[in-house]
Amino acid sequence: MVGNLLITEELMGKTGIEWDPREYEVERGMIKRFAQAIDDQNPLWQDEEYAHKSKYGSIIAPPTFITILGFDQLMEEILTLASFRTILHGKTELECYQPIRPREIISVTTKITDIRQRQGKVGKVVFITFDTTYKNQRQELVAKCQQMVIGY
Amino acid sequence: MKLTTMSKQLYYEDVAIGNQISPLTKQPTTRQLVMWAGVSGDYNPIHYDKDFAQDRGLPGVVVQGQLLGCFMGQLMPDWIGEQGILRKLSCRYKGMNFPSEALICKGKVNKKYVKDSQHYVECSLWVENPKGEKTVSGKAIVVLPSRD
Repeated sequence: MVGNLLITEELMGKTGIEWDPREYEVERGMIKRFAQAIDDQNPLWQDEEYAHKSKYGSIIAPPTFITILGFDQLMEEILTLASFRTILHGKTELECYQPIRPREIISVTTKITDIRQRQGKVGKVVFITFDTTYKNQRQELVAKCQQMVIGY
Repeated sequence: MKLTTMSKQLYYEDVAIGNQISPLTKQPTTRQLVMWAGVSGDYNPIHYDKDFAQDRGLPGVVVQGQLLGCFMGQLMPDWIGEQGILRKLSCRYKGMNFPSEALICKGKVNKKYVKDSQHYVECSLWVENPKGEKTVSGKAIVVLPSRD
């Protein structure tokens, strides 16, 4: 299974491609399931009464919650780029500008900003960098995230 | 399930360079990996299908990098308290982590400064596996309230 990944010029030429934005409505149940999946019991994410008395005045999402919005699209698109046998996550860099609250509508736009290849132990390895911006329904930038994915 | 109350508030003046962040131990089970797959939309079978993972040359099912990143996103708010704001969080997934391993999320303070009247603290973060290997390394920038 070594070195069977075909890295085409077409793949390398996909840098700069931006996918159609996707919209996600943030729901309380989504935030709750997110907190439960991490096992993060911070009351700000789940306890309405507690959060109401906090400086935020309502439940907010954990700061990393935003990274799951559009992650489904990222995973779908990676599989169309090349016939990768294995995909691993290399890096996440998140910048947060505003807390996210239930009922907000977040528009997610992702762009491929870098594709490079290297000869690794398992054959040719491709490093793909994606830059995502997240805007709310008021068109305010709420977060940015850079993800790097390793495919071979 | 009773939710924990928020940890006490951390202030800029409380923090000194070299301070350790209160560590957070996580021990994700395969069940938790499946919960994470459902929540994140990352259905890569290497995170829940042992045969598939082994066919791909991995020793077994591996913990999602992003889940570890989100553990860091729990570590920091726990430490900085409700008035603190996490501005930036970066994680590099350097090694494989396996279900049921005790993973300790740790960090220490590298820098503190005031810029545009905001009180910033920069930390380096890492995840240690039971062998003491750092399988994730990262960095966080937070804004803390000041007593001044």
